[in-house]
Amino acid sequence: MNILLDVLPIVMLGAFLGMDVVTFPQAMISRPIVAATAAGAFIGNAPAGLMMGALLELLALEMLPFGASRYPEWGSASVVGGALYASAWGDPAGALVASLLAALLTAMISGWSMVRLRRLNARRASMLKRELDAGSVDAVTGLQLFGLTADFVRGAIVTFGAMLVFKPLTPAIISAWTFDTRDSRAVVVAIVAAVAASAIWKIFHSVPKARIVFVSGLVIGAVLVVTR
Amino acid sequence: MTTGLGANPAGATSLPRGIWLRMYMRLFAVQGSWNYESLIGNGIAFCMEPALRLLPGGIGGEKYSEALGRHARYFNAHPYLAGVAVGALARAELDGVPPALIERFRTALGGPLGSVGDRLVWASWLPLCSLIALSAFGFGAPPILVTAIFLVSYNLGHFWLRAWGLQVGFRKGLRVADALGNPVLRQGPQIVGTAAALVAGVAIPLASSRLIGGGRSFAAGIIVLAMFGGVLFARFGGRIEGWRLSLAILALFVFFSVIR
Repeated sequence: MNILLDVLPIVMLGAFLGMDVVTFPQAMISRPIVAATAAGAFIGNAPAGLMMGALLELLALEMLPFGASRYPEWGSASVVGGALYASAWGDPAGALVASLLAALLTAMISGWSMVRLRRLNARRASMLKRELDAGSVDAVTGLQLFGLTADFVRGAIVTFGAMLVFKPLTPAIISAWTFDTRDSRAVVVAIVAAVAASAIWKIFHSVPKARIVFVSGLVIGAVLVVTR
Repeated sequence: MTTGLGANPAGATSLPRGIWLRMYMRLFAVQGSWNYESLIGNGIAFCMEPALRLLPGGIGGEKYSEALGRHARYFNAHPYLAGVAVGALARAELDGVPPALIERFRTALGGPLGSVGDRLVWASWLPLCSLIALSAFGFGAPPILVTAIFLVSYNLGHFWLRAWGLQVGFRKGLRVADALGNPVLRQGPQIVGTAAALVAGVAIPLASSRLIGGGRSFAAGIIVLAMFGGVLFARFGGRIEGWRLSLAILALFVFFSVIR
């Protein structure tokens, strides 16, 4: 009962932000940089949530949510990652890696759950086909409300399940962690930055001169890093 | 187009404010029942429904039911540009355009609205706003500012695009294809894409540096390594998705760190 009450606000946040990815309102409050920060703020540690959000945002650059394509669901996953990392007060070594791993696993499972939801919606639409074809407003509105509600429930289940598993697992990983904080962070950031750079390289390949512009930006960025 | 046969004999080019607002609000849930059979078809009908009440006979009338049934079928479009279809199709129904013509128009409309929206929003505007927020993060902005920068900049475009789509769709009706030649839609992806590429170059090293913390030279070394890895991954990574690769490497890292 305790853990249920403990994670309830996070589950509600995960459910709502999970919906934002596709069904409502798609205002991109589900983007990691917002969702993980919000989760961190719920825990009382928004800066930690932002750190997790920035990491996941760099990874999320690669996945464009094109219509029927399959992609990880970042909304609920970012809430889980942000909440876990924000809960590890004092930023112990391994906390960032363990929380990021939990977020990525959640994103994978949540992406799968979105596919199941789309199939469920299709089944529901087939059941209502006669009414829909006849132009029943109840059927049209009902199907829409069913999809919205089911997506909310989906996000809640994913977030709750992830918190149930990773809330105790993350501290266990942290307590057994053997690398120091700096090296652990360096590994994580190197992977994430490489994926982000690769994503930009691929996304804008069709834009004329985009790669030259990107490399120019990198030079400016590198100068800023060294001189700031 | 005005035929004089429908609910819009005077050829009004805008909807009553209350109905427009209801349709606009519904557009935010246009993908509420997204599925692999009808995609956003039901959502289109759901969004159009307030306008269809203006048809002769009102709610439950023959024309209303026929139109609603017609639009609850398969349809595909980018969700932010779905308003163009909703507006144009609502206008066609109110103008009394023959159903066969509406069906053909509907079929022709979906593809362009999907591809234009994908290029403009998902592949340009979203990455640009995300990278601007990451730059702010890299410059040391606090959480509230980073999230505000992202949400405000992104949603200015988002809210405007949905409103513009509904407005122009209803105004142009069956001639809405002209609107897709709007410079924002045609040249926007290229301009925004170029800007995003520049911002990406600045944002990735800055954000990485803040994430790593510690000494500048250490951070710079990691960033150079990451950029080199990124180019290699882009060229030789094939169809492997970066986040999956990250997941695999992180899982191995955790396993190694815990058991060693």
